[in-house]
Amino acid sequence: MKDLFATRKYFIIVMIVISSVALLVRLFIIQVVEDTYRLSAENNVLRYVTQYPARGLIFDRNGKLIVFNQAAYDLMVIPSQTTKMDTSLFCDALEITTGFFRDRMKAARSYSGRAPSIFLKQISAESYARFQEKIFMFPGFYVQARTLRKYSRPVGAHILGYVSEVDEAQIKKDPYYKAGDYIGKLGIEEAYEKELRGTKGVKIFLVDVYSRVKGSYAEGIMDTLAVQGTDIISGIDLDLQEYGERLMEHKTGSIVAIDPSTGEILTLVSSPCYDPELLVGRVRSENFIKLSADTLLPLFNRAFMASYPPGSTFKPVNGLIALQENVIIPSTKFGCSKGYLFVGCHTHASPLDLKGAVMNSCNAYFCQTYRKILENPAYSTISEAYEKWRSYLTQFGFGKKLETEFVNELSGLIPPSTYFDRYHGVNRWKALTVISLAIGQGEIGTTPLQMANMTAAIANRGYYYTPHIVKSLGNGSGIDQRFTIKHEIGIDSANFEEIILGMEAAVNGGAGATARIAAVQDIIVCGKTGTAQNPHGDDHSVFIAFAPKDDPKIAIAVYVENSGFGATYAAPVASLMIEKYLKGNISTASRWKEQRILDLNLIERRARSETQR
Amino acid sequence: MRRSVNIWTRIDKLTIIIFSVMVIMGWFNIYAAVYNEEHKEILDFSQRYGKQFIWILASFILAIIVVIIDTRFYLFFSWAVYGVLIFLLILVLFIGKEVNGARSWFEFGSLSLQPSEFAKFATALALASYLNDHRQELTKLRSILPAVGIILLPALLTSRQPDMGSTIVFFSFFIVLFREGMSPYVFVSGLLAIILFFLTLLIDNVILETGLVVVAFFLTWFVTKKIRLSLSGIGIILLTGGLLFLLDHFVLESLGYENIIIVTLILAGLTFTYYIYQKKAFGILVIYLFLIGSVLYINTVDMAFNTLLKPHQRERVEIMLGFKSDPHGTGYNLNQSLISVGSGGFGGKGYLQGTQTKFKFVPAQSTDFIFCTVGEEWGFIGSLVIVGLYLFLFLRLIKLAERQRSVFSRIYGYGVVSVLFTHFFINIGMTIGLVPVIGIPLPFFSYGGSSLWGFTILLFIFLRLDASRTEYLI
Repeated sequence: MKDLFATRKYFIIVMIVISSVALLVRLFIIQVVEDTYRLSAENNVLRYVTQYPARGLIFDRNGKLIVFNQAAYDLMVIPSQTTKMDTSLFCDALEITTGFFRDRMKAARSYSGRAPSIFLKQISAESYARFQEKIFMFPGFYVQARTLRKYSRPVGAHILGYVSEVDEAQIKKDPYYKAGDYIGKLGIEEAYEKELRGTKGVKIFLVDVYSRVKGSYAEGIMDTLAVQGTDIISGIDLDLQEYGERLMEHKTGSIVAIDPSTGEILTLVSSPCYDPELLVGRVRSENFIKLSADTLLPLFNRAFMASYPPGSTFKPVNGLIALQENVIIPSTKFGCSKGYLFVGCHTHASPLDLKGAVMNSCNAYFCQTYRKILENPAYSTISEAYEKWRSYLTQFGFGKKLETEFVNELSGLIPPSTYFDRYHGVNRWKALTVISLAIGQGEIGTTPLQMANMTAAIANRGYYYTPHIVKSLGNGSGIDQRFTIKHEIGIDSANFEEIILGMEAAVNGGAGATARIAAVQDIIVCGKTGTAQNPHGDDHSVFIAFAPKDDPKIAIAVYVENSGFGATYAAPVASLMIEKYLKGNISTASRWKEQRILDLNLIERRARSETQR
Repeated sequence: MRRSVNIWTRIDKLTIIIFSVMVIMGWFNIYAAVYNEEHKEILDFSQRYGKQFIWILASFILAIIVVIIDTRFYLFFSWAVYGVLIFLLILVLFIGKEVNGARSWFEFGSLSLQPSEFAKFATALALASYLNDHRQELTKLRSILPAVGIILLPALLTSRQPDMGSTIVFFSFFIVLFREGMSPYVFVSGLLAIILFFLTLLIDNVILETGLVVVAFFLTWFVTKKIRLSLSGIGIILLTGGLLFLLDHFVLESLGYENIIIVTLILAGLTFTYYIYQKKAFGILVIYLFLIGSVLYINTVDMAFNTLLKPHQRERVEIMLGFKSDPHGTGYNLNQSLISVGSGGFGGKGYLQGTQTKFKFVPAQSTDFIFCTVGEEWGFIGSLVIVGLYLFLFLRLIKLAERQRSVFSRIYGYGVVSVLFTHFFINIGMTIGLVPVIGIPLPFFSYGGSSLWGFTILLFIFLRLDASRTEYLI
């Protein structure tokens, strides 16, 4: 059998030789001629060590330090570099069990033999000092400095928020964060996270094939320094905050105090509160679970996340709207025969003018006023008049978020007219249908923060600045523009005088004044009591006030839950807060009030009454 | 007519030595590639290098078995073996274990086998058996078609897994068809079509076409040995092209470089046709036809790619072929493997000192990217030795194939060369960015039982056939 194509083997041989030579030429080029790949390989074995910046500090309005940093140490381990060691000595020094040691070492080893992993998080400076003397005995272990939050006083947890490790979702959302980084949660820590966190730096080290550090890369010229976070000067008055929390001990409720001239929040108490230190460091997760399980909801920020009907504290607003809409004048009088139709009232002189009605908190007066607002002949339908009334409330900041820095602020509820259309039919409802709104009850919800803001607007005679927690930033840059805009209510300032006179009389007036307990020596306090109906138990005591009358420095809203009438507890709390803020201390004349509040334990009382039931 | 010979003395020792050296070098490189300080023992069977040791032992046993079996078995049962493997290739599509989106593996407890690795020697056997009977007529389409069918069947089945690498390897059997008489034009056209396809997507058309003209010039010179003729040919092309360019630049302004080149070649072709007709210069005609065919082909591929495919499909093809950088996918692998090999330099970083592979920057570094470890730790010297070793093996195998008296043995021998060469070229080529990233193992080096056993059987059947080449006069 003749092989006709034998010469073709040469073609195949040539093809194979050429291909092999082509490979060799290419190999020669990338291996010998070019050196870019060598540089790339070097880059691959650089180790980038993050330099964590210290978080910015937080001060109060008078420059008192509220939040600062303490050093903490993460103990790192490189399993491949560890040697045989005295495990029990190691565990004793760190106050851990040998079981814990074994688990952590196993976890670290399964993560990587050569790469460092965190062995023990957030060792306190004291424990670290003890351990440091022995660390030379444990090769493969080293510490990485981190900072943890530290608080000058155990107050303000709800304002400050806390700091925790970032979770997976946040890492995905913002590539700045890497696993193990810290991030602010809630309060100032969250709202000003970008300012507080600073900028991470990086140190670049050369490592060899066994991951051993060979030195700094290029003498450190590529390293970047960590930039410390920006300090924050808050509008909080730390002393007042502490005092407010003390007054609210053993009670549930909240206090919000605002400087009406700027909108800065002076105090924001939500009771029960908790020591912010509980959510720092290794104890955080354990305490967080405990706090979450507490039936009194200490983690719940009542100041702007709880919505209550405002009760009688709402009457000044309805009076103002009526004046502005020209349906009443200050001298308009309405009679009161212990109430109006099905709305009851207490015993007082009758008939009353507007000032007297505010002073005495007459339900009948405001029901009739509200009827006049809704049945205003200037509007063709009740709905139209209702929407007009509602637009004033929106101007006051009700029924919407105030846009403070707090991300989880509640908007409250002022239902639109369509809400009633749905229940009663279009044009099938009348002023009387919604008459409870006249006295701040019914389908209406406001937060303590919104009430404090309303008080500030009354104090300012017609405008407010959006409440905010931060006064200025440490780097000199101003606060957000939205906090410097004056929000006009749309009610003439002249109309405020009669209402304010009524509020002054409620505190400082003679017979019939509802809140004389709130009076403060030498200061004219203007206030209004309220009782927020609570379908779940005893009514909430509410009080709003501002002082001094002619140059308001503080506007305050106080809620004491399940404690009955506004005058009973909320009013004395508010007056003590005003006195503390304006005078710096509590005069002897007010000591009995203070003692009464401090002695009051509503939580225990409620628990007792519940067991009796 | 049978003569009794001692196969153990007759078997080609040189090939066995190369085989053993490669397998052992592969083992040490796998150790380096997956080196783990926690498991420094090379015989740690929980690690890949420990397992590879078992695969190597098994492959030596397999080799012995393959050599013990009588030659006639391979001849008579070649179809049966082929049939079984085709059946397994079909079966794996249904009951195979899915790994990385491909159904290529049978799983038996802890052992996984890849039938496509064994289908390679089966196809070589079947092809040899078929051509043994029909080779005189391989110039006729009727006899070529079944041979093509033998090749395409496993290629088609592996492409369904999908296993692009194996599919391409089966196509390498066309080398065998070429050796046994298939028209060189068909073979060269096919080869050219594949190369030009990739080049079209990789290089700017004008540069590629200009390059082809230059190649045509040198080919003409090489074939005719007439430098003046070749120069005048290129002169005619340059002149026509230049005039067209000026015409387009000042008057038409709409032709585009690609069209200028095509029109130039056609116009210049008229001149050539006259010469070819006069001198009966058949060689020049072939070169010219190939040139103009290639240029048209390039434009067709380019147009098809750019107009028929949607942008996202195009991108997928480009990433799959490794033309487009994709830092997390194929592009990442290629980039990291280039860095590995490139950073090895002339002398390498030293055994177990490779930083790239140690830190696991390169994926699949013990299987498809095993050459990274060689390049990084042994440098250009190491690369030279390995490439040289393969080249030596191929030349040796061709020499062995050519000395066969039996057509069956010779054809099978070329089948072995084709398969091993394709694996070698694509694997190393993709590691250093010369060919698209196609995942196929480097014979005798890459980690894995199936591929090592497949290659061992493939090679040793041929050594068995060679050892008894004087036994029969088939």
